[in-house]
Amino acid sequence: MLRDRKLRTGLMALGLAVGMTGLGYASVPLYRMFCRVTGFGGTRQRAEASAVPGAVAGKTILVRFDANHVPALDWDFKPEDNLDSVSIGEREMAFFAAKNLSDKPVTGMATFNVSPTAAGKYFNKIQCFCFNQQTLKPGESVRMPVTYFVDPKILDDPAARNIQEITLSYTFYPVDEAKKGS
Amino acid sequence: MSAAAEHAHDDHHDADHKPAFFARWFMSTNHKDIGTLYLIFAIFAGIIGGALSGVMRLELVEPGIQYLPWVATVLHGGQPDQTQGEHLWNVLITAHGLIMVFFMVMPAIIGGFGNWFVPIMIGAPDMAFPRMNNISFWLMIPSFLLLFGSMFVGGGSGPGAGTGWTVYAPLSTSGSVGPAVDMAIFSLHLAGASSIMGAINFITTIFNMRAPGMTLHKMPLFVWSVLVTAFLLLLSLPVLAAGITMLLTDRNFGTAFYDPAGGGDPVLYQHLFWFFGHPEVYIMILPGFGIVSQIISTFSRKPVFGYLGMAYAMVAIGVVGFVVWAHHMYTTGMDVNTKMYFTLATMVIAVPTGIKIFSWIATMWGGSLTFKTPMLWALGFIFMFTVGGVTGVLLANGGVDNYMHDTYYVVAHFHYVLSLGAVFALFAGFFYWFGKMTGKHYNEFLGQLQFWVFFVGVNVIFFPQHFLGLQGMPRRYPDYPDAQTYWNAVSSYGYVIMAIGVLIFFVNIAWSLMAGKKAEGNYWGEGATTLEWTLSSPPPYHQFETLPKID
Repeated sequence: MLRDRKLRTGLMALGLAVGMTGLGYASVPLYRMFCRVTGFGGTRQRAEASAVPGAVAGKTILVRFDANHVPALDWDFKPEDNLDSVSIGEREMAFFAAKNLSDKPVTGMATFNVSPTAAGKYFNKIQCFCFNQQTLKPGESVRMPVTYFVDPKILDDPAARNIQEITLSYTFYPVDEAKKGS
Repeated sequence: MSAAAEHAHDDHHDADHKPAFFARWFMSTNHKDIGTLYLIFAIFAGIIGGALSGVMRLELVEPGIQYLPWVATVLHGGQPDQTQGEHLWNVLITAHGLIMVFFMVMPAIIGGFGNWFVPIMIGAPDMAFPRMNNISFWLMIPSFLLLFGSMFVGGGSGPGAGTGWTVYAPLSTSGSVGPAVDMAIFSLHLAGASSIMGAINFITTIFNMRAPGMTLHKMPLFVWSVLVTAFLLLLSLPVLAAGITMLLTDRNFGTAFYDPAGGGDPVLYQHLFWFFGHPEVYIMILPGFGIVSQIISTFSRKPVFGYLGMAYAMVAIGVVGFVVWAHHMYTTGMDVNTKMYFTLATMVIAVPTGIKIFSWIATMWGGSLTFKTPMLWALGFIFMFTVGGVTGVLLANGGVDNYMHDTYYVVAHFHYVLSLGAVFALFAGFFYWFGKMTGKHYNEFLGQLQFWVFFVGVNVIFFPQHFLGLQGMPRRYPDYPDAQTYWNAVSSYGYVIMAIGVLIFFVNIAWSLMAGKKAEGNYWGEGATTLEWTLSSPPPYHQFETLPKID
């Protein structure tokens, strides 16, 4: 009888520990969801072309483009313009150039980040080369477009309305077929 | 809590049926023997962890790298080499942190004193699951060996895991090639499993095995503190286990939980780590609160002031402790509202903590105080913990922390609450219960001498580190600009003073075990009211064969 009570408490405590382990793993998708919803940590937002609100008269913001790649990827990768002054709310386009410097075909994928982080949720991409993998033959070079707009809601956010310049940064990394991400 | 029943067991003789040496100490299921094993283990680990910090303070006596390459050569052979020396530094800070947290403070304060006195204080014959208790302890040994062994295998730019105790990705994933970090992670897994089993055991014991009349609201505060701690362990450690398991698969099996190249995020690791890491600091300090409460009450000859407030303050600290973790991550680019929340929530913890501090003072108020060694340590604890608490409130500010983050100010802060707070509580408990555990009195003169030497030593070590931090000296570097020489040197001299204090401690233990006067059942007199003082010193091998009744 006493033994049973102890066992019950013990098992309940164990269940708590198992539940927390589950929560630990569940945090991976939860965190991803959280970042997507809130733009936390500068996560970029993906939008449809129809969502472009149109320019807000007289409101511009600077967008700086940054490009780099992991050392393992033998590419040359840079933006065509480093800095662009854009109208808030208007659909804009920027180009990045990549060239495969190695002697074999390489598939790469770009990750992106927006800083300052408070601007993350207002920086919307409609089209981006970063949505897909890019395969370049030896010596091949490509021009890759990004279509984006800065959401006018940024002007209403006390944490973000004073931002003068947004940096959009890309990092290209090689896609190893045997080592696909989680 | 007046203990009923005159259980001064006179039947303390061979009828105890103690098993033979090997069976008693290696296959032990007796909570007191396991507690003793934990304490011995913690002292041993503490010596190693303390020695590592000695090497660190030696290197920091003057600017430049003087000793590390040489130490690296002694440990690993080869020619003295600057890079090896610098990597050794990272290994030292990592090992010092992990050993002190997982193999010194936790085993001593939960495994040691918890095992020894929780069953006795609630009037139980033993822990609920004695065999699991045995496993809990013996998991610590391979865990420690794994961590210790990791210092001698490859870990990236040299032998050993040089990731810091936080094991942040990507340094711990793509940044540290070699088995050292894997071994350190396994070591944490084992230590975590051990603590989770211990926590289950404590919860079951406290909920089911209290003596008749011992309601939850009559339990001694030390038992309350262990109960809250056990819940914190149960809720936080599995999250760490999940987080470091993902590190392991990122390292070895090509997953990308923390690798942006595969769609992961290294900041996620920081969230998981600190969701564990912040409750962890309360895990280390709460049982200390419990010990100090017992001691202050005993040496004031008064019941503790505001008992219920004290108990629920600990519960509140435990609960709020789970929703403040991101104050360790202010510089990861949080937006200002998130920072505001975490600043506020963190400061809220100062309220229950303040309740505890003031209740200790109110307990002493008008009490008939005696200043024996345990009381000195307990008073030292209150002082040090308050200093650490004040710097903590300062660091809680998201804006201020932009400047203070990862400086020596933070190092000083957490050493004031842990190295001085938790460790003072450990010493306090050790001297308070030394006679009860061994049956011999410790040497009062040596005890008080150690207190003063140690008190001066640790303050000389850590107080100047506030200045260094405000001057912007970053933590985790073996070198610093010339301008910071003065206070670094003072800090290192403090280490020598502290080390002398530790030496006196060991002399005291040796002397007391060999020549200490025999301790009677309740050697603290009428102020000591909890159940362990109704038993002989040391208590019989099996206590409370008839359960005590509590009015």
